[in-house]
Amino acid sequence: MSVNYKELKKDRSAEWRQGLRNLLGAKERVKGVRVKMSENAPEKRNTNFFEVNNGISAEEAALEAKRCLDCPTPTCISGCPVNINIPGFIKEIEKGDMKNAAIVLKSTNALPAICGRVCPQETQCEIKCIYNKFGQPPVAIGNLERFTADAERLSGKISIPEVGEPNNIKVAIVGSGPAGLTTAGELAKYGYDVTIFEALHEYGGVLVYGIPEFRLPKEIMRVEIENLKKMGVKFENNFIVGRTASFDDLKEEGFKAFFIGSGAGLPKFMNIPGENLINIFSSNEYLTRVNLMKAFKFPEYDTPIIKGNSVAVIGGGNTAMDSVRTAKRLGADRAMIIYRRSEAEMPARDEEIHHAKEEGIEFLNLNNPIEYIGDEKGKVKQIKVQKMELGEPDESGRRRPRPIEGSEYLMDVDVVVVGIGTAPNPLIQQVLPELEMTAWGTIVVNDGMQSVSRPDIFAGGDIVRGGATVILAMGDGKIAAESMHDYLQNL
Amino acid sequence: MHKIVQREVLSKDVVKLVISAERISKSRKAGQFVIVKLGEKGERIPLTIADSDSEKGTITLVIQRVGLTSHKFFNTKEGDEVTDIVGPLGLPTHVKKLGTIIAAGGGVGIAPLYPIAKAFKEAGNKLIVILAARNKDLIILEKEMREFADEVLIYTDDGSAGTKGLVTSGVEHVIKRENVDEVVTIGPAVMMKFVALLTKKYNIHTLASLNTIMVDGTGMCGACRVTVGGSTKFVCVDGPEFNAHEVDFDEMLQRLGAYVEQEKIAYENVLKGSDGGAE
Ligand SMILES: Cc1cc2nc3c(=O)[nH]c(=O)nc-3n(C[C@H](O)[C@H](O)[C@H](O)COP(=O)(O)OP(=O)(O)OC[C@H]3O[C@@H](n4cnc5c(N)ncnc54)[C@H](O)[C@@H]3O)c2cc1C
Ligand code: SF4
Ligand code: FES
Repeated sequence: MSVNYKELKKDRSAEWRQGLRNLLGAKERVKGVRVKMSENAPEKRNTNFFEVNNGISAEEAALEAKRCLDCPTPTCISGCPVNINIPGFIKEIEKGDMKNAAIVLKSTNALPAICGRVCPQETQCEIKCIYNKFGQPPVAIGNLERFTADAERLSGKISIPEVGEPNNIKVAIVGSGPAGLTTAGELAKYGYDVTIFEALHEYGGVLVYGIPEFRLPKEIMRVEIENLKKMGVKFENNFIVGRTASFDDLKEEGFKAFFIGSGAGLPKFMNIPGENLINIFSSNEYLTRVNLMKAFKFPEYDTPIIKGNSVAVIGGGNTAMDSVRTAKRLGADRAMIIYRRSEAEMPARDEEIHHAKEEGIEFLNLNNPIEYIGDEKGKVKQIKVQKMELGEPDESGRRRPRPIEGSEYLMDVDVVVVGIGTAPNPLIQQVLPELEMTAWGTIVVNDGMQSVSRPDIFAGGDIVRGGATVILAMGDGKIAAESMHDYLQNL
Repeated sequence: MHKIVQREVLSKDVVKLVISAERISKSRKAGQFVIVKLGEKGERIPLTIADSDSEKGTITLVIQRVGLTSHKFFNTKEGDEVTDIVGPLGLPTHVKKLGTIIAAGGGVGIAPLYPIAKAFKEAGNKLIVILAARNKDLIILEKEMREFADEVLIYTDDGSAGTKGLVTSGVEHVIKRENVDEVVTIGPAVMMKFVALLTKKYNIHTLASLNTIMVDGTGMCGACRVTVGGSTKFVCVDGPEFNAHEVDFDEMLQRLGAYVEQEKIAYENVLKGSDGGAE
């Protein structure tokens, strides 16, 4: 998406914003100190599943908002995948108009309470903030986003977007992750009759089965679903499109177009010896048991989970961080990350790595499992680990890890969680063989997120990008909704 | 929510439930299963669809009480609701006309064998059904199988019904007697392992339907993984049926035991009545 600077200039020249800028000069503003969000104490929080971050107070938000210089060319916006009008909402906070702050935010981001918590701001908007040029910490854009969304939700007066005159055109959304939810909301605004079909019994995709409560409370998701329902979006759970009913069945029932937001849910394993031993889980299984099925409350809830004493989590992304911090919370003495590159290459959000360290997670970077060894019952008891070093950069620009010969050693563990990534579920490909897919099983789409091989099918999020991010999934949903509208109006 | 429209006790521990599930009753094929969840706090477990009636919009599940969730299902009443049912899952059985088929089912495996046996018969095969269990009480669906099978042989460990002996004796008896083109076997993993060893000896293609631990049933978690022909497969999406001669049954047996301790705690709770019945 390209930034519409003309529009931004117009907003910025509003009298009240000039007023704010005149009230306090840049020299004064840069004297402010970046807000630090209060967090629960690491040694307490690593024993429970309550949210780690407590948010910031209204006073802190007001002070932080003052730091923002309301730049004539706000570079921060170019870093945001959906181009949120960042100074626009921050200045509303400074003015004290929280309601408008939420409106500005939600005009481009349908799920700000979620993005404020899970977006990698440090590599998106905040890294582009002008403060970095002065060698100072950037404006805490993510914290302000979260504050704005939370304030609106807690006020109990969430503004529900206006929906268009019903046009009685049925559209189907496959999957209720951030991509599907965003598309549904946008289409409801145009007046479409939208139904979301979800394979699981709860809505939210990775946001409910993957990302743990201590990072993203489920209550937030619940409120978002309620809002979509108020906008007239229909929800059907336990419904696998392609199995429960086929795309053709749904066409016959009158659905005119489809958005596929089925994510990348298929866990990858390393295919090394011993990987099918008992107590070796994919991150998806481990997190699904705990988050979706509430296994941490077993036996009050029926789904069990194995609580290890010495838990090794393989990988360096958000999934791995979520798994290892979950293991600690389930009572592990040792909860470790085993990652084949160094910390600099870790794809996880900085905050998660930082929080994990505070919580006592051990990091075995430049280490890689090569074999698992089991006991007589088939339970994993040891990992054979090989040490690694970094070589030349690969296609991704990250330095390629290579094994150090003869460095193998054995490590005792009783639970292993493999969190090295996911691939798209092959079901869609199986049931829609006519759909053009890449070798990685992702759907090939044009700029409008429209499938290149079937005009009535649109797609976005991880099914198009492979494992990506929440905000990119939402951005895709928004574009898809626009082009679906185009398509349906010209049918 | 899905209403239980009919409940029938088939034997001391086995219950048959006919449940309304409109969509699934129309789309399901032999060999497929559903994942069910009972109550807000329930776990997700897989159950084979034993039968369906697309006009009434119902599916039939046959459940033997062996643990927590199956116990809760056993204790349901007509009119109760099953919170969640998703499906049909897994690949349908590849049913075709091959000649003579043995369908060998043991204990809990008899129910999932029923729709597959029926489908093979409907495809024009000669069908010999072998049902085996510990005792007479655990032999179920005999009458139903007799309605279409060319022959039904019963084997029990204690001789309380049919011939005294294991399912493998029955299979071997038939193989020695006549030409058999394919064997389909469903039952406890140990039983399928021995059937596979036997038919391998006689070089008869054999399908086994695997009942691994599952969570989502859609290929998302890998809880159900098994080694088949040296590579890892997900039973819920790549199966549930595989070439029995390629399945690593020893690994599967171990993996089935992953939660024995937890299952015991939960089951004891339910037997104590602290959390009995459906919610
Ligand atoms: C543990 C974990 C932590 C993460 N942390 C972060 C983070 O901090 N920040 C960040 O930006 N990103 C994070 N991500 C990545 C992010 O969650 C994903 O990029 C994002 O959720 C993708 O959204 P989506 O809508 O494409 O798919 P998903 O969220 O995967 O949702 C897809 C949904 O579709 C359903 N579905 C699939 N097939 C069908 C079908 N045939 N019929 C019906 N329904 C179907 C699935 O059940 C699922 O609910 C994380 C991912 C994981 C796994
Ligand atoms: S770059 Fe930083 S200071 Fe400038 S508008 Fe954006 S957030 Fe405010
Ligand atoms: S049950 Fe989860 S992948 Fe098969």
